[in-house]
Amino acid sequence: MAKIIVEVMLKPEILDPQGQAVASALPRLGFNFTKSVRQGKRFEIEVDGEANAQVIESIEKAAEVLLSNPVIENYTVRVEK
Amino acid sequence: MRIGVVTFPGSLDDRDAQRAVREAGGEAVALWHGDSSINNVDAVVLPGGFSYGDYLRCGAISRFAPVMTDVIEKAKAGLPVLGICNGFQILCESHLLPGALTRNKDLHFICKDQELEIVNNKTLWTSEYQIGQHITIPLKNGEGSFQCDDETLNMLESEGRIIARYVGENPNGSRNLIAGITNDRGNIVGLMPHPEHAIEDLCGPGTDGLGFFTSVLKALVK
Repeated sequence: MAKIIVEVMLKPEILDPQGQAVASALPRLGFNFTKSVRQGKRFEIEVDGEANAQVIESIEKAAEVLLSNPVIENYTVRVEK
Repeated sequence: MRIGVVTFPGSLDDRDAQRAVREAGGEAVALWHGDSSINNVDAVVLPGGFSYGDYLRCGAISRFAPVMTDVIEKAKAGLPVLGICNGFQILCESHLLPGALTRNKDLHFICKDQELEIVNNKTLWTSEYQIGQHITIPLKNGEGSFQCDDETLNMLESEGRIIARYVGENPNGSRNLIAGITNDRGNIVGLMPHPEHAIEDLCGPGTDGLGFFTSVLKALVK
């Protein structure tokens, strides 16, 4: 069994009001190190067998079609060691 | 004229949309998300609500509902389709309309009567309005901020594909105050505020929303 991680983030130019709200809440709690926060999504996908090239390709496709909206988001796919 | 209204699990405004179709003089046909075809209706409304719980992204799961295969194919061939609120989000996720609807700028769910300016009356759904006409209809959503890249925004502006803009303060952070857009043929329209909630004087802010439904019926009769 292998685990593949897909991370989806809003493109840098797209406004992220949730990230901004987190960034403004942190200093109120005494966390004063924050410059900015961007919030995204993480998918953990378990597959039977090993994560070969065919599996990765098919997950890349799923990330493009369903897991992300390419109009506003970018994604990365990696196999968890 | 038969106008289909699709009900997804989590749709809220399907009954109001059906009622608006009838008040405008059409026959409302209930369609189900699991249907494999739209049964020869003359137009389709994708109503507001929280289809599939808004899981993943608003409209992202609904876009793959069985009935959408037929809706998307026929919309591309010229079928009149109006997506209201969640329906607009579904049209964007289906890539029938450009851009995307994202979280409101101030993160609040908005529910209020909203003034709009109609800026394109050449579409099948807006022909009964005058250019520059101001209308007031309800706006109610949490993810109504229209976003797209600069290239898309320039295309929408230069091709006159914005059909309505918010008047006054920008309620949700939408680029260029965009409340609704259309495709290049003018048969597909997406609108964030709700015309189906403003079709009679008894409830809602008036009857300003009825024009969307009378427009398409008039176009279909021609």
